Amino acid sequence: MAEPLDDYIDAVSKALTLPVEEAWRPAVRANLEVSLRLGRLVDEFALPDETEPAPIFTA
Amino acid sequence: MTAKPEMTASEIASAVARGKMSALDATEAALARIKQHDGVFNSFTDLTDDRARAKARAVDADIAAGKTVGPLAGVPFAVKNLFDVAGLPTRAGSKINRDLAPSKRDATLIERMEAAGAVLVGALNMGEYAYDFTGENVHDGPSRNPHDTTRMAGGSSGGSGSAVGGALVPIALGSDTNGSIRVPSSFCGIFGLKPTYGRLSRARTFPFVASLDHLGPFARSVTDLALAYDAMQGPDADDGACTTRGLEPTLPLLANPVSDLRIAIAGGHFQKNVFPEAVEAVSRVAKALGATRVVDVPEASRARAAAYVITTTEGASLHLDRLRKRPNDFDPAVRDRLIAGAMVPAPLVDRAQKFRRWYRAQFAEIFKSVDVLIAPATPCTAPKLGQVNFNLDGVELPVRANIGIHTQPISFIGLPVVAVPVPLEPLPIGVQIIAAPWREDIALRVAHALEKMGVVAAPSPKGF
Repeated sequence: MAEPLDDYIDAVSKALTLPVEEAWRPAVRANLEVSLRLGRLVDEFALPDETEPAPIFTA
Repeated sequence: MTAKPEMTASEIASAVARGKMSALDATEAALARIKQHDGVFNSFTDLTDDRARAKARAVDADIAAGKTVGPLAGVPFAVKNLFDVAGLPTRAGSKINRDLAPSKRDATLIERMEAAGAVLVGALNMGEYAYDFTGENVHDGPSRNPHDTTRMAGGSSGGSGSAVGGALVPIALGSDTNGSIRVPSSFCGIFGLKPTYGRLSRARTFPFVASLDHLGPFARSVTDLALAYDAMQGPDADDGACTTRGLEPTLPLLANPVSDLRIAIAGGHFQKNVFPEAVEAVSRVAKALGATRVVDVPEASRARAAAYVITTTEGASLHLDRLRKRPNDFDPAVRDRLIAGAMVPAPLVDRAQKFRRWYRAQFAEIFKSVDVLIAPATPCTAPKLGQVNFNLDGVELPVRANIGIHTQPISFIGLPVVAVPVPLEPLPIGVQIIAAPWREDIALRVAHALEKMGVVAAPSPKGF
């Protein structure tokens, strides 16, 4: 059975012309799941609309 | 006077400047020790013998001619192999970069160390492209822990930790994006300084995550750390993130008292996910400093998550073309993480950068009533090489991703940190001394006080 993220991985792989061999897929999927889980933590945090990003950070 | 293995940089420089020892003797002693022991430590990937001898002779010639020499005269040092070294391809722990043309010019920090009289003896092993906390490398083999060679040196600056922990050189340079100076310092039982983001130039070093990359020194004493750090400070137009602040020397301030400083223990996230040895280390440091106040750092776990997102996506962006053209030449574990990073939706990255601003403001509030925060550098002492999981707070977690759990929320906003080694038996472990932005002087001063009290010290590598 296809994993939920597999279609997404295929689509982005194609869009970025970034090869993902079948043998790598489970590890790529596992890493992506971690990234998205941590990304959700960031996503869930409400920030004011005016918040500036920090592309060149000044401490 | 002959060079002894654990002579500090300041002892060597003093002996050389006073004509008690030649720079060439100090250099030959380091080269001999590297050749004797590095077959086990595996910390060096390149030796620059000829260059080192030429530099040492030049220092000795200056002394013979009565010229003033720098504060690091004749001090051997080595650099993580992501620093450009003239004549070497900058491999950055990879197989792919070995095909690069040899560098034409040294990294700025090497130039500054050598301008102070130091002698570059080689380049050091590291985790591939710095995406690593273990010090393991599939191409070059693992850097080994000098206190137990079956254990990790920590990463990604594993060779830097191993070489200084093993007393092969008194000073090494490394990089820290999420903990890569502080983790090897902790595992190898040495001092490491991750300065404020933007303080030291990164010019002519191979990048990883431009938003988070820092460079800094490792040493066996706080004085040596300050010596190297002071020698490397200063603006540099070749690094767009480098500060324009003038030099702010720390060495003259090291011995100032710490009794006027407001020192607190970082709570919340920093008191969770720790093994007993990390608790013991923080407790010893806090007790010595009389620190009892615990300050909660809001949203530190989320800060770690945001650092993770920025790291994986900027890393993926950096390596995108190499992932397309030479995927099989990467460490498979690094490749698969980077490919996944390329697939993270852009809004999450933007939100992570915005969250960084918010989190920085929380620390600005904390630093209104606190000068120094104490936190673990790693959750545990050095794991076994190849160890995959550990049990953290009752949860089985991957070692590799979680070693930096306490360092990431700090480098995320670029705070200066000195990692100090608590010499527990059988293995040392580090504690982070965290100061407000641009106050490296305070972190170093506290580290120096702890060193004087005998609470922190770089243990001798037994059997070497």
